[in-house]
Amino acid sequence: MDDTVLELRRISKHYPGHRAVDGISLRVPRGALYTLVGPSGCGKTTTLRLIAGFEEPTSGELLLNGSRIEHLRPYQRNLSTVFQNYALFPHLTVRGNIEFGLRRRGDRHIEEPVRRVLELLRIAGKESRYPHQLSGGERQRVALARSLVLAPEVLLLDEPLSALDPQLRKQVRAELKNIQRGVGITFLMVTHDQEEALSVSDHIAVMNGGRLEQTGPPREIYLRPATRFTAGFLGAVNWIGGIGVRPESTRASTDAPPPEARSRQATVQSTTFLGNRYHVEVSFDGGARAVCEVPRNSHLFSPGQDVHLWWREEDEMRFPDQ
Amino acid sequence: MRNSRWLPVYAAALYGFLHLPLAVLAVFSFNSSRFTRWEGFSFIWYKAAFADAQLAEATVNSLLIALSATLLAAAAGTLCAYGLWKRDSPWITASLYLSLVTPEIVMGISLLALYQWIFRYLAIQLGMHTVILAHVMFCTAYVVTVVSARLRSFDASLEEAAMDLGATEWQAFVRVTLPRLAPAVASAALLVFIVSFDDYVITSLVAGVDSETLPMVIYAMARKGFNPSVNAISTLIVVALGGLILVSNRIEGREAER
Amino acid sequence: MNRLRIWCLTPAGALLGGLFLIPLGITLAYSLMTRGPYGGVFSPFTWENYSRLADPLYAAILWRSALYAVTATTICLFMGFPLALFIARSGRRRNLYLSLVIVPFWTSFLVRTYAWMFLLRDTGLINSMLLAAGVIHQPLTLLYTPFAVILGLVYGYLPFMVLPIFATLERLDKSLVEASADLGAAPRATLRHVIIPLARPGIMAGSILVFISSLGAYLTPDLLGGGKTIMIGNLVQNQFTSARDWPFGAALSLILMLVVMGMLLPLRRQSGGML
Repeated sequence: MDDTVLELRRISKHYPGHRAVDGISLRVPRGALYTLVGPSGCGKTTTLRLIAGFEEPTSGELLLNGSRIEHLRPYQRNLSTVFQNYALFPHLTVRGNIEFGLRRRGDRHIEEPVRRVLELLRIAGKESRYPHQLSGGERQRVALARSLVLAPEVLLLDEPLSALDPQLRKQVRAELKNIQRGVGITFLMVTHDQEEALSVSDHIAVMNGGRLEQTGPPREIYLRPATRFTAGFLGAVNWIGGIGVRPESTRASTDAPPPEARSRQATVQSTTFLGNRYHVEVSFDGGARAVCEVPRNSHLFSPGQDVHLWWREEDEMRFPDQ
Repeated sequence: MRNSRWLPVYAAALYGFLHLPLAVLAVFSFNSSRFTRWEGFSFIWYKAAFADAQLAEATVNSLLIALSATLLAAAAGTLCAYGLWKRDSPWITASLYLSLVTPEIVMGISLLALYQWIFRYLAIQLGMHTVILAHVMFCTAYVVTVVSARLRSFDASLEEAAMDLGATEWQAFVRVTLPRLAPAVASAALLVFIVSFDDYVITSLVAGVDSETLPMVIYAMARKGFNPSVNAISTLIVVALGGLILVSNRIEGREAER
Repeated sequence: MNRLRIWCLTPAGALLGGLFLIPLGITLAYSLMTRGPYGGVFSPFTWENYSRLADPLYAAILWRSALYAVTATTICLFMGFPLALFIARSGRRRNLYLSLVIVPFWTSFLVRTYAWMFLLRDTGLINSMLLAAGVIHQPLTLLYTPFAVILGLVYGYLPFMVLPIFATLERLDKSLVEASADLGAAPRATLRHVIIPLARPGIMAGSILVFISSLGAYLTPDLLGGGKTIMIGNLVQNQFTSARDWPFGAALSLILMLVVMGMLLPLRRQSGGML
């Protein structure tokens, strides 16, 4: 499946003295779980709101299935949003919330789709409760159900996991991906959490300062970031003489490294116990520092010790443009 | 923080100051004598008040005016608060504020001046309609104030969610915002009913011969000399309006808990 | 989105424009005209209506209005602050005590004023009781005195003072009071150096509300005061009814408006959004 369901063409949103979104172009493949990720204030939420129709773009085009939609009101777009705070209607029951969109559309047969979505999201039996009587996880599922029942072309999710407590978050993350696979609807998600983005997405777009830094599958952009920003945003990086190496690809040893490896001499500064592994912080002659991850059961280093820091050539990240 | 010893005593004295005059009035409305000396319990002044045709007509007028003004002001005020919530309009906000702080007498004579000026060109006269219009005008700002206060706690994302789910702007207002606003609107309506029912200063200036209201009759009776029927009717008014304000407070209190 | 908003604002906008701003404009125009022989207004423009305010007769009324308003405000402040403090500190009973202030405030202003007529008149309850007790042999003249007017103003507008002060005291961070005590301040010192300064916005708001309401009062001086206690409001009403001098009445109204605005606008910011 390579056809595009949603396309942004040089979309910009300028506020007085501030370019929230600055000429973004991207294509969302049909059926994908596509994630916009970036630090807070990078314009990702504004981009989502532009797509949903809550904001009007200053310039650029929005295409849904090839048709321009940027001039349409939110209710004229076959898109649906799961809000960060869920925005459940407090005066309506779970059923009232889920039926809301179907009724606005004037659908006659709403029993069956509502029953199916209640089952899919495991909230059957809670239809007559009000939002304030639900747990955080249940509220989120109602918000999802309310949008999914309309079978939108694209489901937009604004930081869908941020309102959940950390323990629940990982569980829901997996569930979200299962649901997306199950219903086959395109999900366009926004998050500031790079781990979340990497773990659930089929496709990631990294944003920074209102612009797109890079798009691609998670593996590709993590291992082959196109810019230093992307490399640093998606994970820790050791900057060694102009190239970048991830800590988990960096080794430290007292013995000589394998001949094919790249290596540098360094001095251990400190070690930090992290439960399942150690972080070893080392410094080079010039004062630059690097971190390598060492398994718990491997050789222990002590501060002041001289070590070889080494890595494989294929783990190097190079940024020729910068 | 605990209260010091003298503060409750002082507060009790002030509560006495606030409530005793009305309490005394109520007690003496049941006096069988027309003098301010207690001579026994009686309903004669209530009977006299109910038998008074002028009081009855004025009460009907006051109720008609207050009901119409309340309905119209509640509608105009709620819509206005909603419009201002969407995006503030400095002109309307400033005018509303100005209308709340303008002394009643100034508002009254300005309205009288307007009506007289219009009557030069149109063959109409002061009457119920001029009173109702005046009341709707000064009640609207109260409704806007109460409803706006409630709207301020509303999250704009609920309306966005409604539109996102296919509701038009109007449907989002009617189906999502208005139901949640209903208690505030009800509470505001009760308040402006009281304000309208009780108004004397503006009403007396813009009323015509057919639109004498209860406060106007009470005022005239109070000026004329002592008449215990005024005690009786006053007691009834205090009880009725006090009941309304308690209901309004209860609605607001319940909202605050949610 | 904009169209719905405009529809929503139209009714209130029309009401305010047609029945508030335009009438004020007409009043302004009248204040610059001359009185006609039968009470109408004529168009030669003049400042005369404003210069007449310097006439000792009218200046005395303006001065008296200001004096009564300031007196009533001061009394309300001394009565209202402790009451607000009491309510703010009354814990679970807070709402009850608050509604004991609010409920009489919202019941008929006219009836509340009338209640004082009932108490103060020569044959009223106070005089009857004092006579019966033998304390006095002639009824005291209580009604139709400056005392009665100021009493009525205080009684009528005390809640205007209590409510804003209560609002600031309620928001006052309790840990500040505890910190003050912890730093060695006795309750009186805490009151003076911590609570009152922090309650300033409420005190300002309350004082201004009581002052402008008292200054523009009509019913209170009309019912509780006599001919010697006329205030601006009564003078305005008089010009529009019996004296039939609309231009002068209009000028008086605008002066009253200007004083009210002049008090409110500069102090609005200082009151922390309470005005």
